[in-house]
Amino acid sequence: MTNASEFGTNSSSKTKDKSSDTTIKINDTPFDKMMAVLTHKRCVNCHPSGDRPRQGEDSHIHNFDVQRGEDNHGVAALRCESCHGHENNDFSGVPGAPEWSLAPIAMAWEGLSRVKIAKSMLNRANNGNRSLDEIVKHLTEHELVLWAWEPGVDAEGNPREKPPVGKEEYIKAVKEWAAGGAVIPEE
Amino acid sequence: MKITFTINGKPATVDVDGHTPLLWVVRDMLNLKGTKFGCGKAACGACTLHVDGEAVRSCSYPVKYAEGKRVTTIEGLSEGDQLHPVQQAWEEEVVPQCGYCQPGFMMATAAMLEKIPNPTDDDIDKNIVNICRCATYYRMRKAIHKAAKIKAANG
Repeated sequence: MTNASEFGTNSSSKTKDKSSDTTIKINDTPFDKMMAVLTHKRCVNCHPSGDRPRQGEDSHIHNFDVQRGEDNHGVAALRCESCHGHENNDFSGVPGAPEWSLAPIAMAWEGLSRVKIAKSMLNRANNGNRSLDEIVKHLTEHELVLWAWEPGVDAEGNPREKPPVGKEEYIKAVKEWAAGGAVIPEE
Repeated sequence: MKITFTINGKPATVDVDGHTPLLWVVRDMLNLKGTKFGCGKAACGACTLHVDGEAVRSCSYPVKYAEGKRVTTIEGLSEGDQLHPVQQAWEEEVVPQCGYCQPGFMMATAAMLEKIPNPTDDDIDKNIVNICRCATYYRMRKAIHKAAKIKAANG
């Protein structure tokens, strides 16, 4: 299974921790369930640590040297929306959802442990000055986030892999984690 | 469903499945053959045209999203008999070989020059990522720089 550490570019990111196991057990905590989703390639591919998105099941660098651009929506003549629409295009295999874009570089998750991702997510300096309620809303309601469970098919018609936790279970876990004080475990 | 937009400045209404690629509408319903089909998966850029001035890959653009928008194809890039600077430069630098992919490159370049009037080689590398199997990239790079100069001179 894929985990956040596999996206890393340095040796420290290869360290095995709990995030390396994304097989969700019935008594995993809400934090475990939430982070199993947030460290999945459907999320991390567009939370890169650099200025180039990743794509595909192997999280390779996006073809065509696609770039972040100043507004995280690509460059002048190669915008995200040059190819990505508001919904999946199952004829061409191009995925799509509203506001298709990269997360700002302050929200880079690639290569981070789940604890560091969670801390970054709650840090107003990194998270677009969102409160916890706003974070929960984003994580549980934003169409681009929820696209992870409707990822469509690739250009060959193969279904994209979904996160290892179901959507409703994930939403419930995020809300429970927040209601419990948004506690982040020690690394 | 009926979808209305402008194509090269003229109003158009088509009655078609909204998921139909804009490319098919432009080529097969509006009979504008300049925009080409290449890969069909938004990878090669041969189908690039403008929607509200933005370069899009029309093979992967459901026509329903064109509702109320301005669509411009290579046939509408010039203003009357006055060639667009990109077209002038392409001609002067004798860029095309087989020519099939060139409308897509020209439309992508025209979109770029609206936002980056004087592109560097790095700008060109990052913005113009279409594919040319004849490998006319070197001549295109020269033409893009020339088009920028022509456009600037035209004011």
